[in-house]
Amino acid sequence: MTFSPQLEERFAKMLTRYPEGRTRSAVIPMLMYAQDEVGAVTKELIEEVARRCKVTPLQVDEVVGYYSMLHRKPQGKFHVQVCTNISCLLVGGEELYEHAKKKLGVGHKQTTADGQFSLEEVECMGACSWAPAVEINYDFHHFVTPEKLDQLIDDLRKAGLRKAQ
Amino acid sequence: MAKQLYNQPSPLETRVVSKNFAIEGSETLDVYLANDGYKAFRKAREMTPEAIVEEVKTSGLRGRGGAGFPTGLKWSFVPRNSPKPRVIVVNADESEPGTCKDRLLMEYDPHQLIEGILIAGLAVDAHKGYIYIRGEYRYLIDEMDRAIDEAYAKGYLGNNVAGTGFQFDLCTHSGAGAYECGEETALLDSIEGKRGIPRMKPPFPAVAGAWALPTLLNNVETFSAIPAIIRDGGAAFAALGTPKNGGTRLVCISGHVNKPGVYELPLGFPMMKAIYEVAGGIPGGKKLKAVVPGGSSCPILRADECDIPMDYDTLAKVGSMLGSGGMVVLDETTDMVRFALRIMKFYAHESCGWCIPCREGTTWLKKILQRFYEGQGRREDISMLGELSKNMLGRTFCALGDAAALPTISIVEKFTEDFEVYLARQEVMV
Repeated sequence: MTFSPQLEERFAKMLTRYPEGRTRSAVIPMLMYAQDEVGAVTKELIEEVARRCKVTPLQVDEVVGYYSMLHRKPQGKFHVQVCTNISCLLVGGEELYEHAKKKLGVGHKQTTADGQFSLEEVECMGACSWAPAVEINYDFHHFVTPEKLDQLIDDLRKAGLRKAQ
Repeated sequence: MAKQLYNQPSPLETRVVSKNFAIEGSETLDVYLANDGYKAFRKAREMTPEAIVEEVKTSGLRGRGGAGFPTGLKWSFVPRNSPKPRVIVVNADESEPGTCKDRLLMEYDPHQLIEGILIAGLAVDAHKGYIYIRGEYRYLIDEMDRAIDEAYAKGYLGNNVAGTGFQFDLCTHSGAGAYECGEETALLDSIEGKRGIPRMKPPFPAVAGAWALPTLLNNVETFSAIPAIIRDGGAAFAALGTPKNGGTRLVCISGHVNKPGVYELPLGFPMMKAIYEVAGGIPGGKKLKAVVPGGSSCPILRADECDIPMDYDTLAKVGSMLGSGGMVVLDETTDMVRFALRIMKFYAHESCGWCIPCREGTTWLKKILQRFYEGQGRREDISMLGELSKNMLGRTFCALGDAAALPTISIVEKFTEDFEVYLARQEVMV
């Protein structure tokens, strides 16, 4: 398996950062970056990361189930993460999440039929003072209202369709 | 146009670690250097390691991650003369509900953090550092990578830091979504490429941490406070706070306030003043019901307990903690059953499953709270929630079990009336 030249460069550097014989340390960051490119943590990716980090595939596999951001199945092109933890809860985070479910027609960790959007109710992501917060892929959105979320989703849907054409 | 900040600064702030936030280009090395950058490192380079540690002790700085352990003392535990190389690990896994300050420190002043790490490197004779950043903060990993590349390119990292002959290498390390990895020993397992499970202590990380090497591990804000402490002296920093509670800290105010935001306030700042003056009071003139003083792990305070100065010792005296600086304000309309349930859903989700009292305790507490919230509560549930929580206390490897139990105990004891309302409603239904 090979990755884009940028990722290959990143991984080559990454493997030199840890003390000698400790390449296992690169497993989690490598999975994080690779899954963005591959789309999911596939069996093939697990074997590739294991080979590069000089560990067994099982040692890679066991971390995939532990970390919430690692996923074995592809998510939507736009992964919408709505926080409902306490700071967001107090200012409408749960209502915002319910709204997102209706708007997208999917539930927790589900993807729309066209593969454009997936939804996840997430735990605190460090935007408490600017709540309610939503993170779409790696972009933070603060003080999100249902109307603002509709706008965000509509804009992304249009942008996604444009790209597909 | 002035720089767009996350929230408007308050005139009541004492800006020390956040002093550069509003400056245009504060994330660049040039701007950092033009604003006292690396003065502290150069000064520290002329000091003995013992003197650096002494200065940090004098400052009264206590860990800003949550536990509040005296930083200078923690540094003194790292064996400088060990035959093994020492490493520095920065905890940037910020994930305590209510906390959003380390984000700003990395976004607005990454070079201050780097300088703090370098000074720690001088103090414990370490030459390698890792910044463990939660995976959700990818844009900050990119930002820190950029700042680190810039520091290397201009000679502020690498073989000859600031031309002083000191050698230091630094890199970021991405987490992948796990609250537990904010716990220092679980973070160490995670950085080694494993599931984030807490370790038995001792040995403490200072003696055997990452890869069994002596490890100095502190929060982003703790390292970020170091340059000011060395530059202006530990005594000057200490004087900003109260005795044994040195300096300032970033307080993240959220919930029912008019001006939520991250504000830098001196230790000992009055809590009511923070709510009503710094954060502009409660919307709609509603009454204060409760305050979570330092992240969701802290026992909650009732409104009548909040007329206190915010320092570690006072909070301990009222049976709570200053924690991570995440202050959540609840108005009179807040349903405490719903609030307690949301807290417990979080801990049940984040329990790593290693210790049975935590794994099973959080699951059962969540189930009981869920049925209460759904109108199926029983009178005996109220005491059971308290007893179950108390049985978790101190019976786990790490603090997550306590973190789940403590707020629950306080909510059940201080807001029993909210649970009674649910029971009364059920009786009417029958």
